[in-house]
Amino acid sequence: MTLPSPTAAAAPPASPAAPAGADERLRSVGAWRRLLGRPESGALSGAVLVFALFGFAAGGSGMFSAEGMVNWGTVAAFLGVIAVGAALLMVAGEFDLSIGSMIGFAGMLLAVPCLYWGWPVWLATLFALVMACALGALNGWLVVRTGLPSFIVTLAFYFVLRGLSLALSVMMTGKTILSSNGALVLADMVAADPVVHALFQGHVLTGLFDRLAHAGLIAARDDGTALAIGVPKVIVWWLALTAAGAFVLARMRIGNWILAVGGDPVAAKNVGIPVGRVKIALFMLTAVCAALFAVLQVADAGSAAADRGLQKEFEAIIAAVIGGCLLTGGYGSVIGAALGALIFGVVQIGIGYTSIDNNWYRVFLGGMLLVAVLFNNFVRRRVALGRR
Amino acid sequence: MASDLILQLENVSKFFGPVIALSDVTLRLARGEVHCLLGDNGAGKSTLIKMLAGVYVPDAGQYLVDGAPVRFRSQREALDAGIATVYQDLALVPLMSVARNFFMGREPVRKLFGALPVMDHGLAERTAAAKLAEMGIRVRDAGQLVGNMSGGEKQCLAIARAIHFGAQVLILDEPTAALGVKQSVNVLTLIARARARGISVIFITHNVNHAYPIGDRFTLLNRGQSMGTHAKSAVSKEAVLDMMAGGAEMKTLMRDLDGVTI
Repeated sequence: MTLPSPTAAAAPPASPAAPAGADERLRSVGAWRRLLGRPESGALSGAVLVFALFGFAAGGSGMFSAEGMVNWGTVAAFLGVIAVGAALLMVAGEFDLSIGSMIGFAGMLLAVPCLYWGWPVWLATLFALVMACALGALNGWLVVRTGLPSFIVTLAFYFVLRGLSLALSVMMTGKTILSSNGALVLADMVAADPVVHALFQGHVLTGLFDRLAHAGLIAARDDGTALAIGVPKVIVWWLALTAAGAFVLARMRIGNWILAVGGDPVAAKNVGIPVGRVKIALFMLTAVCAALFAVLQVADAGSAAADRGLQKEFEAIIAAVIGGCLLTGGYGSVIGAALGALIFGVVQIGIGYTSIDNNWYRVFLGGMLLVAVLFNNFVRRRVALGRR
Repeated sequence: MASDLILQLENVSKFFGPVIALSDVTLRLARGEVHCLLGDNGAGKSTLIKMLAGVYVPDAGQYLVDGAPVRFRSQREALDAGIATVYQDLALVPLMSVARNFFMGREPVRKLFGALPVMDHGLAERTAAAKLAEMGIRVRDAGQLVGNMSGGEKQCLAIARAIHFGAQVLILDEPTAALGVKQSVNVLTLIARARARGISVIFITHNVNHAYPIGDRFTLLNRGQSMGTHAKSAVSKEAVLDMMAGGAEMKTLMRDLDGVTI
């Protein structure tokens, strides 16, 4: 048994919490606690949980093969594209309930000019994106100008845009699902347009997938090419938008403004931040994300339909909330929203790989939403703000 | 004479429909003084503050800065003229860090890869911590959330921010109203430091124990009218208490409750 040396005993008692020179009132918090304090911690643990769950329940079913991953990755990516806009808007303290209707409307704005007005596909795509931008600006302008809750204003657009999609497409084409008009076939037109095809249609890394199939690492067809063709371009869009959104929120000046506008609009105004312009810009971004979803969907499916995008506004909001966005604004994460979309995709598609009935996926998501909100509230109070 | 006064309201009035919020009020703020503005709720203090801050334009009378008449159309213009108002809500966002709050709306920017403008978080955190330390406030970590700070620390942060961004005149709206004893002392110390740097302060308060030690002059507002300005050398603490809202009532109370003094 060793006795403590006299010098050690005589030394001033070192504080276990604070290193020398630091403030004695600053408790050192561990890496684990710091990680927990980030807004996306709930979504990250949720994603780990969901992967563990499905790894256990559907591990041997092909869900985690290349084509299985492309399957749920695509579902997650489509949702993830709109979740980026929804999350940033929610951090700024507003909602957009017209996202789903905007998807249907933008799809029509792309298909009708192509099939009936003789426009080239690239021009119709640009038209759909610009119109969405303008409608988003109108949404935002109304919210800022009237001071009404965005819930009400965008609920109005939820109905207006859906109604317009149906009524105008019937009026102009007599149909609500557009894939061809006489000799014009939408899928062929998109494939023939070099710009739209390159940006929105098909897959990337197809060569890599084929080589992996040749090497026997992933499943191959009879002709030796990979069963999973490649990574769909929507996944690339999702990752790029998420990275850009996260960068803007964390690192750029406008990111600080978005946090301030959502955290306390009066305070933001008092320090000279253009609160109205920030909000309008984010409504525009959300609408453009919805239009991008529509363009990617039309390019993928080869058709547009007036009833596309049903309930997508709720899914986008759920992804953002699971991702740690505070409903009242001022706190949240774009990466969290991407993880929320990932959870969505894994659960929605993964459940088909198990023996569980498909309808349970909604029950699971509803429960997940509730647990995520409670967990996020807990984390924010206990870890971020250190309260009980 | 005029150059001694950094800010003047000369016989200003403000009406809201039939309501006379301010009537013929004169307030002269000397350079480098702490000027206490006293008055009960509804006396017109808020209207006066908002007029000074550029929110309201006087309906009658003149507003002069450095002896020259001005007509601010927004808070931003008053701010650019060096007149900063720290409201009771402090314009701080609890879920943002100290550094992000300190530079809110005036973020330092650097170029990433020589092209992409990004917020300079390192500079923001170092500057915020250094400036707060200069004013005698020790922040534990400029990256911590403002929601973790005490009321007094938040008040000091808001004042230090206003000073850092070039305030020549500080208008403090009841900065000690919600604070404990020790925190109030910290804020009063900060006001003294600001005065030592040559900053002029308009200090709105209800508390004579806070107003008297720090104030150089006292102006009383009552029902939209000024009851005059008094230098500290000319009035006693008791006289200031008399001027303040409820002074007479407090005297009656003290007479009734034997042995109580303020």
